[in-house]
Amino acid sequence: MIVRKKICRIEFGLFSSKMIRKLSAAKIYTPNTYDEDGYPIEGGLMDPRLGVIDPGIRCKTCGGRLGECQGHFGHIELVRPVIHVGYAREIYLLLRATCRKCGRLLLSEEELKKYNPENMTKSQFNDIWERAIRVTDSEGSCPYCGEKQIKIKFVRPYSYYEGDDNLLVTDIKERFEKITDDDLKFIGIKVRPEWMILSCIPVLPITARPSITLESSDRSEDDLTHKLVDILRINQRLEENINSGAPQLIIEDLWDLLQYHVATYFDNGITGIPPARHRSGRPLKTIAQRLKGKEGRFRKNLSGKRVNFSARTVIGPDPNISINEVGVPEVIALELTVPEEVNERNIEDLRKCILNGPKKHPGAVNVITSIGRRRILEENKEEIAKNLQYGDIVERHIQDGDIAIFNRQPSLHRISMMCHYVRVLPHNTLRLNTAVCAPYNADFDGDEMNIHIPQSEEAMAEAEILMKVQECIISPRHGKPIIGGRHDHVTGVYLLTKKGVEFTRSEALKLTQGIIKLPKGKDKFTGKEIFQELLPRDFSIEYKGKLCKKCEKCLKERCEIEAYVKIKNGKLLSGIIDAEGMSGKLLEKLFVKYGSDVAREFIDNSTKLAIRVVMKFGFTISADDWKLSEKARKRIDELIEKAKLDVDKLIQEYKSGRLKIIPGKSLEESLEDYAIMDLGNARNLAGKAAEEDVGFNSAVIMAKTGARGSLLNLTQMSAVVGQQAVRGKRIKRGYYGRTLPHFKKGDVSAEANGFVTNSFSTGLTPTEYFFHSMGGRESLVDTAIRTARSGYMQRRLINALQDLKINDDGTVRGDSNVVVQFKYGEDGIDPMKKCYLEIE
Amino acid sequence: MRHRLVPRHEVLSKEEAEKLLKFYNVTKNEIPRIKKTDPALKDMDVKVGDIIKITRESPTSGVAIYYRVVIEG
Repeated sequence: MIVRKKICRIEFGLFSSKMIRKLSAAKIYTPNTYDEDGYPIEGGLMDPRLGVIDPGIRCKTCGGRLGECQGHFGHIELVRPVIHVGYAREIYLLLRATCRKCGRLLLSEEELKKYNPENMTKSQFNDIWERAIRVTDSEGSCPYCGEKQIKIKFVRPYSYYEGDDNLLVTDIKERFEKITDDDLKFIGIKVRPEWMILSCIPVLPITARPSITLESSDRSEDDLTHKLVDILRINQRLEENINSGAPQLIIEDLWDLLQYHVATYFDNGITGIPPARHRSGRPLKTIAQRLKGKEGRFRKNLSGKRVNFSARTVIGPDPNISINEVGVPEVIALELTVPEEVNERNIEDLRKCILNGPKKHPGAVNVITSIGRRRILEENKEEIAKNLQYGDIVERHIQDGDIAIFNRQPSLHRISMMCHYVRVLPHNTLRLNTAVCAPYNADFDGDEMNIHIPQSEEAMAEAEILMKVQECIISPRHGKPIIGGRHDHVTGVYLLTKKGVEFTRSEALKLTQGIIKLPKGKDKFTGKEIFQELLPRDFSIEYKGKLCKKCEKCLKERCEIEAYVKIKNGKLLSGIIDAEGMSGKLLEKLFVKYGSDVAREFIDNSTKLAIRVVMKFGFTISADDWKLSEKARKRIDELIEKAKLDVDKLIQEYKSGRLKIIPGKSLEESLEDYAIMDLGNARNLAGKAAEEDVGFNSAVIMAKTGARGSLLNLTQMSAVVGQQAVRGKRIKRGYYGRTLPHFKKGDVSAEANGFVTNSFSTGLTPTEYFFHSMGGRESLVDTAIRTARSGYMQRRLINALQDLKINDDGTVRGDSNVVVQFKYGEDGIDPMKKCYLEIE
Repeated sequence: MRHRLVPRHEVLSKEEAEKLLKFYNVTKNEIPRIKKTDPALKDMDVKVGDIIKITRESPTSGVAIYYRVVIEG
């Protein structure tokens, strides 16, 4: 029966010393762990009553074997009580809130009558706390016994002083014992306060702190065992000293040492005390350290676990496999398996797998029959193959066409994990089509990626239907394609579809062989005619490509630069295909109109074709691509000179007070804004001038088609680098009244404030170089900080949103069906499906 | 409370409230809350347990409707 109940609250409590003793299977009293023969000592930390960690031995407490017995707690009797560091603050509060003599809450009967201890709010608790504490802090007297209270000082992490006298833990314990249960109700404490003082501590079962045997047959103990040994040793010394009547001073020193060890046993990262160290000088990993932080139990072992049926290695590009595929090295294919049920269709294939055994590629590792699981070995494989029956399950190696989930960290999006078909290939890297680099944000400079093999029919079907690469072509972020041809693919397809490209039939066949079929009976093909073979017969679209200059009056098909793409019934009538075609509007419409299969095919084929085209034509850039003529150089120099004069003029205006102030900014800020604007304009104009001069070469082709780089990059190389900025402003920092000692104090010119007049090809002057480095360093630091910050923000966001889901009625609901939004995104639209609304 | 930055808050009638809960198949515990002392409810006569209909401008859908149940506070 399923019991459906809601958790109303969770209460945490404390163990009393009595309880600790009751839970204990053994009293631990000696710091020695093993005797000379290597057997654990009774009453030592490795007491056999605490559980088993060695195979073949039975537990002395429960009789269980290794794996059956989860271990048992022991306990250590402390000679003198110590404070539990986790409650040091609460002890301090409680000491102040109660009378030092009679232990009553420092609030009179009448005042307490105003409250109902059974039904208190948080603010009422705080109120009582505050008022009771105020009595001690102001050295008032107890309303019950009239005792004058003395101020108490708390010295972190665990010392208390009353006036100038050190408060002994035994005294604190005595005081706490006097506090009545009724009083505690008024301050919201549900445990006996003396339980915050430890007079005995539990010893973790040895299964929680197993010792490991090194190769040299030496035993190496867990950090917690070391810590417990320390506690026992000091405890023993303290006892001896007390019994021999040592001076109080020595006893208190040892007592303090015991307190230190018990405190670091709980948490070895307390501020104010040095961390306990191992002999080698490494700080010990005690209880708090086991749980805390990224490497702790929660984040390392519970929220995230290591899994089976996965692999990880370096990735490499393979333009010849489909975007839906992932190339898996054979060595990995030998390790990863999928369970497959035997039926009449696959029995022969599976038999062959079994006969190949676990060490030859399309092989198998295990067989699960009605009797049970059997490992396939060289010796028994023939017999297993012979007895194979319908209904048996064979765990065979992954083969071409199996489902895999491919992932690259950081997994910031859903498309950081997509489903691919396995393709077993030679060599040692995982291979992916370069068109799917974008969603994974992958490159091949040493990136590694993971694959996971789903192990059930449901999981495989789910992965295939929901997360196959071709289903993820449209990004859920903006509803436009994120997968598609890029870089060289764009260049290639540009070279193919521009005006005047013609091929003989044999050339055309060479380009398209194995990709598309060319129409029969034609001897000459234009590039456009080849490209259109990639499109469905009834496909029509018109759009403005990346090349578009945004003229005031669009000439459409007659566009001079062929930026207007017109496709009618599968014929490319005009226009050059650029980035907008390879991974933009054209691809989007293909996806929406014909579905993911057609879109995938288009990406696979167009990229392959494009690569062949670039290889046929060749494509190079060189320094000459941004070499300017004498005339253009002069023109650019003039533009920059004019901009500098403009800035000087602005400064004149500023000084004479004629400068127009931008609303919401100060006079100085306005001046800065104007200057930045003027210099920025100058760079834009210089860029235009350079662009006109260099003409239409390879570098410009890449920038304009959206293959790689931008016109700004070209401007900076050929014309002028422009204004450098730090913190969004021109460079103003450095020396008194100037940025660098190369300038006069109070120099307000553009050059003295980080304007770089030269281009990268003419070369920067030393001061310009320095300014450029300042800007460069800032952006470097920014990216470093940005990734760290946004990563943490993402983590918190995902944690908060992880179990929200959209219901069939459009509401967004969280845990236990709480409504968060009545309509997802207020309009109920899935951005990934948005494109269906927008196209036609 | 009338201001262009404060979305419109209205109390649903008993029938409307019931219809709403039935429509979304929710109980009052499962819909978002609003404190009785919320400044937006200042001039309104509301009781704990009333459902407030909030009509907001939305960048995605033009107008978005949201409901909150009044709680103590």
